[in-house]
Amino acid sequence: MNNHLLSVDNLVKYFPIRVGFFQRPIGNVRSVDGVSFNVNKGEMFGLVGESGSGKSTIGKILVKIYNPTEGTVLFKGRDITKLTKEDLGFFKKEVQIVFQDPKSSLNPRRSIKSTLEDPLIVHRIAKNERDRERIIRNLLQMVELSPNYMYKYPSSLSGGQRQRVAIARALTVNPSFIILDEPTSALDVSVQAKIIHLLQGLQREFNLSYLFISHDLSLVRTMARQTAVMYLGKIYEIAPTERLFSMPLHPYTRTLISSVPVVFKEEQQAKPTKQSWGGEIPSPVNPPSGCAFHPRCSLADDICSQQLPDLVEVMRDHFVRCHHVSFNMQSVK
Amino acid sequence: MKNKQEVTSSVNQELNITQWMVFKDKVGRSWYRFRRNPISITGASMVLLVILLAMLAPYVTPYPHHAGAFTDLPNAFQSPSKTHWFGTDEIGRDLFTRVIFGYRISLILAVIVLGISVPLGVILGLTAGYFGGKIETIIMRFTDIFLALPPLVMALAICAAFTPTIEKAMLAIASIWWTWHCRLVHGITKSIKTEEFVQASRVIGDSHFRIIFKDILPNCISAIIVKITLDAGFVILVGAGLSFLGLGAQPPKSDLGTMISYGAQYLPMKWWTTIFPSFAILFLILGFNLLGDGLRDMLDVESEGI
Amino acid sequence: MKNKYILEIRDLHVHFRVYEGISRVIDGVFLYIKKGERVGLVGETGCGKTVTIKTVMGILKIPPAIIPSGEVFLDGQDILRMSQKKLLQIKGTEISMIFQDPMNALNPVFSIGEQFYDVIRFAQQRFSNDEKLSRKGIRNKMISALEEVRLPDPERIINNYSLELSGGMRQRVLIAMALVNNPKLLIADEPGTALDVTIQAQILDLMNKLVKTKGISVLLVTHNLGVIRETTERVYIMYGGQVVETAPTNVFFENPKHPYTQGLISSVPRFTGGEFAKGIPGTIPDYIKAPSGCRFHPRCNYAMPICSQKKPLLTMLESGHYVACYIYTGQEDQNE
Repeated sequence: MNNHLLSVDNLVKYFPIRVGFFQRPIGNVRSVDGVSFNVNKGEMFGLVGESGSGKSTIGKILVKIYNPTEGTVLFKGRDITKLTKEDLGFFKKEVQIVFQDPKSSLNPRRSIKSTLEDPLIVHRIAKNERDRERIIRNLLQMVELSPNYMYKYPSSLSGGQRQRVAIARALTVNPSFIILDEPTSALDVSVQAKIIHLLQGLQREFNLSYLFISHDLSLVRTMARQTAVMYLGKIYEIAPTERLFSMPLHPYTRTLISSVPVVFKEEQQAKPTKQSWGGEIPSPVNPPSGCAFHPRCSLADDICSQQLPDLVEVMRDHFVRCHHVSFNMQSVK
Repeated sequence: MKNKQEVTSSVNQELNITQWMVFKDKVGRSWYRFRRNPISITGASMVLLVILLAMLAPYVTPYPHHAGAFTDLPNAFQSPSKTHWFGTDEIGRDLFTRVIFGYRISLILAVIVLGISVPLGVILGLTAGYFGGKIETIIMRFTDIFLALPPLVMALAICAAFTPTIEKAMLAIASIWWTWHCRLVHGITKSIKTEEFVQASRVIGDSHFRIIFKDILPNCISAIIVKITLDAGFVILVGAGLSFLGLGAQPPKSDLGTMISYGAQYLPMKWWTTIFPSFAILFLILGFNLLGDGLRDMLDVESEGI
Repeated sequence: MKNKYILEIRDLHVHFRVYEGISRVIDGVFLYIKKGERVGLVGETGCGKTVTIKTVMGILKIPPAIIPSGEVFLDGQDILRMSQKKLLQIKGTEISMIFQDPMNALNPVFSIGEQFYDVIRFAQQRFSNDEKLSRKGIRNKMISALEEVRLPDPERIINNYSLELSGGMRQRVLIAMALVNNPKLLIADEPGTALDVTIQAQILDLMNKLVKTKGISVLLVTHNLGVIRETTERVYIMYGGQVVETAPTNVFFENPKHPYTQGLISSVPRFTGGEFAKGIPGTIPDYIKAPSGCRFHPRCNYAMPICSQKKPLLTMLESGHYVACYIYTGQEDQNE
């Protein structure tokens, strides 16, 4: 029995593609294709990848927007696909999500107060209207918004302010685990900095656990203790964040890091060599055989297109899925 | 040098903003957009004028007793004059008075028909759009069948099957009208359902009922309002059509359609008996259409968050 | 008259008439681009960079916009006082633009070839009938443009629709369309923002190579400081509708002077780890009731009394490095 807060084992999610009048399934979008990782209490876990990697889908599975096709997800030891109605109520108070786009994650026709009191009403957290107002004022102050914003509508708020409201909404139910799905991608640099510091502060104050999903490597570096790199539905490298960035081993990880345009000289010098020929990201409907990165990889040879490499622990806590990376230390599974 | 505390508080400082202030601002902005558009102002004025006249009919018409049963045969077929602005009809009743009272029937018709069909259509549309699957198929195919029938023909059939009265006419039209609103709301619901804020509500734990009425419905309201305004004109037209064929309000009630029907036989000599009631309908429908267009322009812009 | 600059913006002011009154968005923008130079325009949401480039492109909606003063010269031609007819000749030919979102910039109902054809033919209007290209000529021109942006199988792409192409491919098509008429100035509005990082890197690389070989000047507009660092030679930064600082790129990042610039750069996280600033306190100014004097002063840690009284003008510090801030200049300033 493990004591991880969250335990994901061989998670698979396929979306069927249906055509025709009778909606016949002709194939699958292999969004998540066998993913396993653990998150401990009070920890921030980073999930990095580009489009088609499946990282957002994983986040949505964890809050039960989607149901897994295969695999298990254990939260506090309980399988989230087998929750009773009562358990479900508790689960929704434990795990919450902050979406990427502040424009679409708040209902434009509802005032901020209405949006924030929703969870209070649904979970019967407050006793009456006055109680609810008090709690909402508190929440707004926690995310550094003036309580005067209560009666405003999202259209009169800036992107950063809306995102704060989204964070406040996630905090209403006092969760222990928050999925952050690209929470600052749509925001400017200075606003992003405020939000990230806010999230870090909240984490410290409430001992929260985060799953930080992003394509922005610098942010992941700041936010996550452990990071997994995803490509076309699978994890190709997973390591403690500092190690991942100082010593990236997988060719895709190296390509990713070297592709990011950077501001500072020290970053420029720390960039790894690119190990890719360029080319497009394949579609998750028909991923390449074997190792999905092989068509773009400069290290690829025959075995790469034939056999999917295993995720192997090449250094302590550092796993890589690649035929060409081998520091023979330990092999797991 | 200011310290950070001062900067933060002075920048975050807002006057105590209450719900009332926000509401006033919203209304003010909407009014500003509305009154900039000459189309909406014209339409609104026309509709308001008719409504006022209709409500105050007994007080603003010169011969209120002419509205119902009344005969004054010596005065029949008077052409328009100072004493009878619209002239008199075939049994001597003042046409202007009857037209204004006729507006009453038309407006009540619109209110009752829409009052029944809109809630019905909206609820069915929300249900179909939100739950999808078999429920959606059943409701929407049912809607399709009704949509395939021309409203006037359907209403005709229903009215003709029973003894025609104004009430049956209203029910007949309502029995078909809900389909348009069902389809409209169904479409909007389907697209709103995929929005992130609906997903967020699911994640919070909202029940389906709550999501439908608190998240989805508010986003449909502007489209529904525009449609109601444009519908009003069309409903009145259908009602007048039924009366024209003798299936609506029965004489001696003043009904615009009936008046047109009776007067048509006397064209072109006693033209006023048909032309004025026709023009009255035209005026009202035009007013509703202009108002609806203006509202649509105003609400479209609003939804873009300007 | 041969000009040193391909683009000159001098003291541009742009206002908008809105419900609450007059919104004085652009309040004195200066910008100069030399031939073959790649200039970056940086600023956060609401700083006015989109309004600025719309003015330069001549696609600003007037009214509700009002241009009370200022000058914009494209290779010596006065854009603001030009006739609509003349403007039409310039748009898409001497000056062209790559839009932010490749998903929406292409019309999904027409094939790539049809849209490309329009772009080329539109430019051909300037020529007399003998000089105009035939259909075949246009098609060949299209194919070579698509080859230049390294799209595989251009013949097939011409028949494709935008939905059949990936984001990266669409962006390449847009670049091809923007460059096919050999513009003097290319405006790139957030190129690659909507794309994945690895694809964005390829696109930026491609753009750099192409403009270098063709000698095209570039105005790169973005809020992404990393992109600016790696692809431009000079940077202009805007805040509150004004240019507050400009310098050669390396100097800009290594030695920023204006408090806003400093605040911004220090808020950028690095993948090498370490601390980064908590952003800049406060919010962007209200353009209807804009702060007096320097528009940044309510948020500035170094604000002095004069900052709220008089607007600081861009003044030269060192060669090529200009700042609009009273920390560095005396009470009497010179204009650039």
